[in-house]
Amino acid sequence: MTDTRTGLAGAAESSSAAPVAAFDPAVIRADFPLISTPREKRLIYLDSAATSQKPLAVLDAMDRYYRNYNANIHRGVYRIAEEATAAYEDARRRFAKFVNAASPREVIFTRNSTEAINLVAYAWGRWQLKAGDAIVLTPMEHHSNLVPWHILAAERGIELRFIPLTGDGQLDVTALPGLMADGKVKLVSFVHVSNVLGTVNPAAEITRVAKEHGATVLVDASQSAAHMKLDVRAIGADFVACTAHKMLGPTGIGMLWGRRELLEAMPPFLGGGEMIREVHLTSSKWNELPWKFEAGTMAIAEAVGLGAAIAYLEKLGMDAVFAHDRDLSAYALERMTEIPGLRVLGPAADKRGGVVAFTLENVHPHDVATVLDSDGICVRAGHHCAMPLHDQLGIPASARASFHCYSLREEVDALVESLHRARKIFAR
Amino acid sequence: MDELYREHILDHYQHPRCKGTITDPDLSFEDANPLCGDRIRMDFRLDGDTLAEVRFSGHGCSISQAAASMLCEFVEGRKLEDIKKLGREDMLEMLGIELGPVRLKCALLALKTLKAGIYGVNQWPGEDEDEA
Repeated sequence: MTDTRTGLAGAAESSSAAPVAAFDPAVIRADFPLISTPREKRLIYLDSAATSQKPLAVLDAMDRYYRNYNANIHRGVYRIAEEATAAYEDARRRFAKFVNAASPREVIFTRNSTEAINLVAYAWGRWQLKAGDAIVLTPMEHHSNLVPWHILAAERGIELRFIPLTGDGQLDVTALPGLMADGKVKLVSFVHVSNVLGTVNPAAEITRVAKEHGATVLVDASQSAAHMKLDVRAIGADFVACTAHKMLGPTGIGMLWGRRELLEAMPPFLGGGEMIREVHLTSSKWNELPWKFEAGTMAIAEAVGLGAAIAYLEKLGMDAVFAHDRDLSAYALERMTEIPGLRVLGPAADKRGGVVAFTLENVHPHDVATVLDSDGICVRAGHHCAMPLHDQLGIPASARASFHCYSLREEVDALVESLHRARKIFAR
Repeated sequence: MDELYREHILDHYQHPRCKGTITDPDLSFEDANPLCGDRIRMDFRLDGDTLAEVRFSGHGCSISQAAASMLCEFVEGRKLEDIKKLGREDMLEMLGIELGPVRLKCALLALKTLKAGIYGVNQWPGEDEDEA
């Protein structure tokens, strides 16, 4: 693979670079030091849905920022402060383009998806929702798209409704008009790709139905933005929440895209420096978008890292990344059926992204993960911050393997081999 | 691996002692490890200053369930004052394995539940020792 290190200077030019001719994870891996550096014991990383690994281009871009132009943004008039501001805003532009936003002003930096959703719950929700209103969610939400609404619902007297699941772990969208028929639903908030089932939900369709019934729509794109082409305007929602660390970028920075007129009208979220235009002793006036929602010093190095991550993903091509994820899921599903007592959660491969959660009969998911770990395989075990979903599925926990652009078929083979071993240890 | 899933751990996991519930228990307590969803409930029947009977129920990984089985078997019939002295080292000694910080909670959930149930001391055993 060609050198993908972009950094500040390189990043600006490389955004329109054509995708690499052939998508080869074995080559791509070389860009990821954590998984490509030889170690005493092998490391097979199958937990990219929790957080992705980071390419050298991201590490270098962040390192260059700290070494060469570390300064606070939007304040200093000196050269490196301007350089830092330019890099920070370049990341915003890059992300806006990446998700087809109408303008970078529609992109608010947050800490993560969770904070992006909380921003909507606090700034939009407390502004717009009142007692007797209802919110529609789904049972496959991550806690991040449940708990902020629990807090608001308790505070305001708001009813929570849920789009039911089908037997194979998809959303029964046909139930949505009925849920909204009484006109009480003011918000529909749902996950684009489930972090447990892997289900790719029909975001545009759900949004269309919700809009027909007059609701505002929030899409949690934490899992999708990192793995497929995300077009916020094609989906037609009002808010979309993302997080950089699942997108090959660093932790500590997330993105909220919102429709401009809505963001303009909303009151601010957090108060402090940068989000103001004027401050008097007893009052203040808000800054314009997007800075109205960015109080205090933001995660500058992380924004720079995000910019480099997006440049890297653009080089790979998101359609190629998604095809690769889906291919690996299909292969994993096929290979895992050969393991007796193994139950895969969620729909068929053609309905999911690169996530395969499962249970193994008579072996608790923690024990599965411990056996796999002893074979150098990293998977997640537990409820994956989706306790209500596990309740619905009637299981206390599951184990989950998840993929990204650097994941290999051989790693799926190793997973299957190790699962056989786990089964044997507990089959006494 | 073989160190972790030793014979006696698998034995207690697959053939747990003191598993079940007590009708009209004198005391009863349920606790969970929110991180992994391991859940243990313990019912107690007291006879003066002695723990006459203990039964546990719940679900979780082999370490958490084996620990509950071993602990209940150990404390049943003992004086409450002796049970009070049990600490995390005693639990780890019963298990006889080395555990990382995450699995340590699995191992200690049963002891935490026992102590909270009998004494109302609801904290992870040995938590004070962890403080820097």
